[in-house]
Amino acid sequence: MLPLKLKPEIFKPSRRQFLVGAAAAGAGLSVSFRVPGARAATPSDPNPFNAYVTISPDNKVTILSAHMDMGQGSYFGIATLVAEELEADRDQLLVEGASGNPKLYGNLAWGGIAQGTGGSSAMFSSFDRYRKAGALARTMLVNAAAQQWNVPASEIKVEKGVLSHASGKQANFGELADTAAKGEVPAEVALKPKQQWKLIGSEDFRRLDSRDKSTGQQHYTIDLKLPGMLTAMVAHPPLFGAKVKSFDPAPAKAVKGVVDVVQISRGVAVVAENTWAAMKGRDALKVEWDESAAEKRGSAELFAEYLKQADQPGLVAANRGDADGAMKNAAKVVEATYQFPYLAHAALEPMDAVAHKNGDVLEIWGGHQMPDLYQAVASQVAGVKPENIHLHVMKTGGGFGRRAVVDADVIAEAVETAKAIGWKAPVKVLWTREDDMRGGRYRPLYVHKVKVGLDEAGNIVAWQHRQVGQSILIGTPFEAMVKDGVDATSVEGVSDHPYAIENFRSEIVNAKVGVPVLWWRSVGHTHTAYVMETMIDDIARQTGKDPVEFRRALLKDHSRHLAALNLAAEKAEWAKELPKGTFRGVAVHESFGTVVAEIADIKMDDKGGFKVERVVCAVDCGTAINPDQIRAQMEGGIGFGLGSVLHEELTLTKGQVDQTNYDSYLPLRIEEMPKVETYIVPSDATPSGVGEPGVPPIGPAVANALAAANGKRVRILPFAKGLSA
Amino acid sequence: MKLDINGQVHEVDADPDMPLLWAIRDVVGLTGTKFGCGMAQCGACTVHQDGVPIRSCITPVSDVEGTKITTIEGLDGKVAKAVQAAWTQLDVPQCGYCQSGQVMAATALLTDNPKPTDADIDAAMTGNLCRCATYHRIRAGIHEAVKMLG
Repeated sequence: MLPLKLKPEIFKPSRRQFLVGAAAAGAGLSVSFRVPGARAATPSDPNPFNAYVTISPDNKVTILSAHMDMGQGSYFGIATLVAEELEADRDQLLVEGASGNPKLYGNLAWGGIAQGTGGSSAMFSSFDRYRKAGALARTMLVNAAAQQWNVPASEIKVEKGVLSHASGKQANFGELADTAAKGEVPAEVALKPKQQWKLIGSEDFRRLDSRDKSTGQQHYTIDLKLPGMLTAMVAHPPLFGAKVKSFDPAPAKAVKGVVDVVQISRGVAVVAENTWAAMKGRDALKVEWDESAAEKRGSAELFAEYLKQADQPGLVAANRGDADGAMKNAAKVVEATYQFPYLAHAALEPMDAVAHKNGDVLEIWGGHQMPDLYQAVASQVAGVKPENIHLHVMKTGGGFGRRAVVDADVIAEAVETAKAIGWKAPVKVLWTREDDMRGGRYRPLYVHKVKVGLDEAGNIVAWQHRQVGQSILIGTPFEAMVKDGVDATSVEGVSDHPYAIENFRSEIVNAKVGVPVLWWRSVGHTHTAYVMETMIDDIARQTGKDPVEFRRALLKDHSRHLAALNLAAEKAEWAKELPKGTFRGVAVHESFGTVVAEIADIKMDDKGGFKVERVVCAVDCGTAINPDQIRAQMEGGIGFGLGSVLHEELTLTKGQVDQTNYDSYLPLRIEEMPKVETYIVPSDATPSGVGEPGVPPIGPAVANALAAANGKRVRILPFAKGLSA
Repeated sequence: MKLDINGQVHEVDADPDMPLLWAIRDVVGLTGTKFGCGMAQCGACTVHQDGVPIRSCITPVSDVEGTKITTIEGLDGKVAKAVQAAWTQLDVPQCGYCQSGQVMAATALLTDNPKPTDADIDAAMTGNLCRCATYHRIRAGIHEAVKMLG
């Protein structure tokens, strides 16, 4: 499924690419005031602020976001940072996705080498960058007002988008934009001290897009309409690794509204005047597939192989002390094996992208989660110079990792299809739910085998932890991040666990399977947190210790873990006796620099089933920029994670995916959503993310509650399968 | 054929078996109604037919001739306004893609049952999938709309 060989060099754009990119970013916007002014965008003097904030004469402040918004609220977070320093009014704020210049928009959590959204890093990367952009714009506006009004800059006040002076003079941003653009660019700007923040940390400053999203006015890629645009559906191989052998376009072409049928590298595209015609045309299409190189194993075979591999040594991901020696002297050994299925992102907006070449310029609309990479891929596919490719970053209907694909996936399909029909019309490629479910890029299937040695007193003296699963990074342009065969995204959460365990070894066996895998909201932590937090809990219970007390003792050198754990325990009233039939479990886990503790209360029914009724969540994500959005992400993360452990599994039989739609792949529905209470640990630290870290603790918290109820330990996921195993 | 959508009659040239969803989106050009599954499993395509919520993705366009279809763009009235105000006030949406369908379903629920319990809400809204799992706030949003309606 990876038609293109990409080299890491694409992350190091040439000087030429950078300069043209900067110019292109300017050319695409009709604004009269660009911070710090159009003249700064000259090749010899690229200014780091020239493409973050623009102010138009109609008094609109447009913020160009380096991070895409798939619902997690990054646009709002970034708008908050700019508005805080700019002293803008909420009603004048607009946010658009930026692209085409890694020097300006590169993700600072990734060393700034490439633009991208992922790893819950948007607020970390943006905290200084966008506050400075706002402060710079405010300073230039103030200087412009001082010049026009002939008063000292220090006497000018800025509040809610209005500059004023005691003399009675007053102007809004738009009125001063032209003068400000011609002013000197300050070399340095001071940022407000925390005590002066009005918006950062505010409960009253609320998300900008809720109204549009409640009234059907928010536009996504699927909604895009261009004159003459055609819609394409792609017939993909039934097995991963299969290829088109031959196809008969005639039955598809006979469908009214079908315009063309073309082969592309990943299948056969049926291009039509509208979506329904494209669907019917694709249904009618006859394709013969060459399955000689296809992956033909099913989930059962993979688990059987992984379980065997888990008995053999793997690559060492972490090794502290002497786990083997200490294990020999252990008074008691606790062993457990876990099985995790493939999981689908199943975002509600199906995969889609629009490509349109007009003259020399190729425009692409889509969920551009890694724009520099997509520009490079599109350039190769289209044969168009990167600087002539303009990416329109659209908000997407969910994502959860699915829109960050190194081969550009549906974006490449749209470009290839548009090219195959001779660029004669804009082309929208739209996947159906079935395409998405069977299209690969899953959370990898994993086996964990854990052996824990205890001394007479029940203290952990040795921990051996082996995992078998597919690496996400190996075989991609990100492979340079894999060290000695160890992909950190496979073992994160195990190899770097915080517990005071002197003798510890983490190993990984990289399985080779032809099923494409990808980061899925919280990545390795989706399975590592489950194993660590249920094992720790199991040991606490087996040795007669309170699960919270046991963790506290092992986390005494980790103040952030302790703070989150203690806050959750306090708010949930951990020590208090529960009503009959109600049981609770706890988990605490750090991911992407954020620590989250969750306590789940479950109510058992008389048939051995249960419902998760309440979850108390405590989160330390550093400085809280938008407290209500932090709560929203915890609530959503808990629901997303809970669905995954209760019902979700993507299985294969003879290489073919068994699930096709939401009737067979089962995300959480409203009746299973618990009440969620979120508490934020006060912090002055640099913000870390919240998009993913709410997910990992919920599975183990619920599993631990169930073990408290009936002693059952679910080690085959999802619960629907594990409880009957 | 003639389609009455949001009080406006559209002359539509479409296959009779074209799902109403695609007639609304591709032919009439209203995009607030979303495609999520194509088999009435997610509720993103929910519209009202004579005030009753239906899944437009499995309803052939020929089935709705002579009836009044309301999409999110045409949703109006006290209940709908309260639902949308509550959704905005509580910042219910995350990605927002399912929310047209959620608002259509919630409006139908409150029109039928002005004071629903959590269990009533769960029963009425279970067909509307939200992959961002905003369910906690959907429940709160419906209760808030009840308050607003007095």
